[in-house]
Amino acid sequence: MELFINQILAGVSTGAIYACMALAVVMIYQAIDHLNFAQGEMAMFSTFISWQLMQWGVPYWWAFLITIAVSFAGGIAIERLLFKPLAKAPVLTNVAGFIALFAIVNSVAGLIWDFTIKQYPTPFGSGPFLGSQLISTHQAGMIGVTLLMLVGLYLFFQFTRIGLAMRAAAALPESARLVGINTSWMIALGWGMASAIGAVAGILIAPVVFLEPNMMGGVLVYGFAAAVLGGLTSPLGAVVGGFLMGIFENLAGTYIPAVGNELKLPIALALIIIVLVFKPAGLFGRAIIKRV
Amino acid sequence: MSAAAEDAVTEAPAVEAVPKRAMTLGTGTSLAILAVLLIVPLFVKNFVAFQMTMVMIYGIAVLALNILTGGSGQFSLGQSAFYALGAYTSAVLMEIANVNYALTLPIAGLVSFGAGYLFGKPALRLSGIYLALATFALAVAMPQFLKLHFLEHWTGGVQGLVVIKPDAPFGLPISQDKWLYYFTLAITLAIYVGSVNLLRSRSGRAFMSIRDNEIAASAMGVDVAKYKTLAFGVSAGITGIAGGLSAIVVAFVAPDSYTINLAIALFLGMVVGGVGWLPGSFVGAAFIIYVPNIAESINKGLSGAVFGVLLFIVIFLVPHGARQVAIVAQQLIGKLRK
Repeated sequence: MELFINQILAGVSTGAIYACMALAVVMIYQAIDHLNFAQGEMAMFSTFISWQLMQWGVPYWWAFLITIAVSFAGGIAIERLLFKPLAKAPVLTNVAGFIALFAIVNSVAGLIWDFTIKQYPTPFGSGPFLGSQLISTHQAGMIGVTLLMLVGLYLFFQFTRIGLAMRAAAALPESARLVGINTSWMIALGWGMASAIGAVAGILIAPVVFLEPNMMGGVLVYGFAAAVLGGLTSPLGAVVGGFLMGIFENLAGTYIPAVGNELKLPIALALIIIVLVFKPAGLFGRAIIKRV
Repeated sequence: MSAAAEDAVTEAPAVEAVPKRAMTLGTGTSLAILAVLLIVPLFVKNFVAFQMTMVMIYGIAVLALNILTGGSGQFSLGQSAFYALGAYTSAVLMEIANVNYALTLPIAGLVSFGAGYLFGKPALRLSGIYLALATFALAVAMPQFLKLHFLEHWTGGVQGLVVIKPDAPFGLPISQDKWLYYFTLAITLAIYVGSVNLLRSRSGRAFMSIRDNEIAASAMGVDVAKYKTLAFGVSAGITGIAGGLSAIVVAFVAPDSYTINLAIALFLGMVVGGVGWLPGSFVGAAFIIYVPNIAESINKGLSGAVFGVLLFIVIFLVPHGARQVAIVAQQLIGKLRK
């Protein structure tokens, strides 16, 4: 029993990483209706920017804020320059665009900062949290920040005009345009916010997985899976999905024999698929009814 | 975001409706291309012939994905898993059971067809992004599965298997690479003609009706579940044959040749070639084989970025892929004739 509880705790702490990433995934899905494959690479690039700022002597929290601002602007710039011209292209062409963006960002980051692993500082310290060896103070801080972001997003979407406009633009673009919402800029704003949330996720994840251009590869896969598990339309679902994903993965690694580290991911994905077979819209997703 | 429990959405279908006539090339053009494909290898180096063979093999795999996505409207990021299954089936049969290489291909196709059909059953409940995730899981699991310890006796574990490259039969005076080129060309042709006919048949029309509107298709009496799983099975089977061919031509199989990157490459090939346009599959395959090499020759350190930029240029110029180029060319020729 103690092993079980310990594994769940360990799962929650890795789950926090996935939850962070899943939140960014849901954010962009809300705005543009696709999964952005380059999301992880964008987050990695943001994290490198903050690292560079700190190398230049900028204090942690200033670097944090500057990075978020830069990422927000960068996300908008990417949408305006690269994806707005593709707005009328087929969906699958857009997905190919994400893959191209992935290759570009990864390669450029590798050229500027090279592929060696770098240490990344944490503001929360790395001692045991409340005397538990399984969760460090950094991981507890990460869970805290993730939950704060979740609450912030909820308030933004429920109680601000611009949040409402973004929801309208995503749900019914044509009607939204008729009531005077600039849907094209709402999409750009969605990109900016997703990029900023990704930056926060990257900065929180970097102390755990270390900083290098390929750091997000694995994390993004889990982030996608978590977002899908939670239902792609719900930020709360994404966070819950992220934690569940971490717990699934740890329990599978502990209790199913012959599951080494290598098979953890396939097993976790298989579990998700089983969940999806019974709840096709994800745990918290809306069931979408199509008009024929 | 969570306030409305249910919304009615009128969605445009994710995959464009391509009429079946627009899915292929005219007879004259096809024969001209075939003649070129028959003659060119006689004048090139062995390595170039090998690369052209790989283009055809990837082309078959992209074609299979095109039948699934362009034909029946289902997504798959798991094609690399079926490709690996076919490759391993061929390699194991050739090296351990000493089966003739040409005979391993139908078996590879059947094994992959079975796997795809079975996978298609539970995947019936999923569509769009969710199906992409499920197939993605398959692609991620496959290399790990091939590395499993208790299969090592057959699969060779992490090391993989080395296959003996076949010589040209009847003492024909051509090199192995060129013989395999013609061997692959014959199979490619058979698969291409078969696929074109499949899409023009009753089953093909059923696939397309499901792609365009699933509910309307079932109201018209199309057995949606049957045809969806069938599309999965056929696509997997053809991919398996491509995998088997690759095992013979490359003469080596290893788990890490069949990662998710392969599935992504096949997907890019489909988009560049034009979703739903079968001849485009081979254009797309040429793109995914040659463009990374070109990118590397332009700048080694930034090859990823160069590849990405080239890909962006292509999708900016022709968002509908090679099909768009073909349509424009056709209109130009039409104008010239007048």
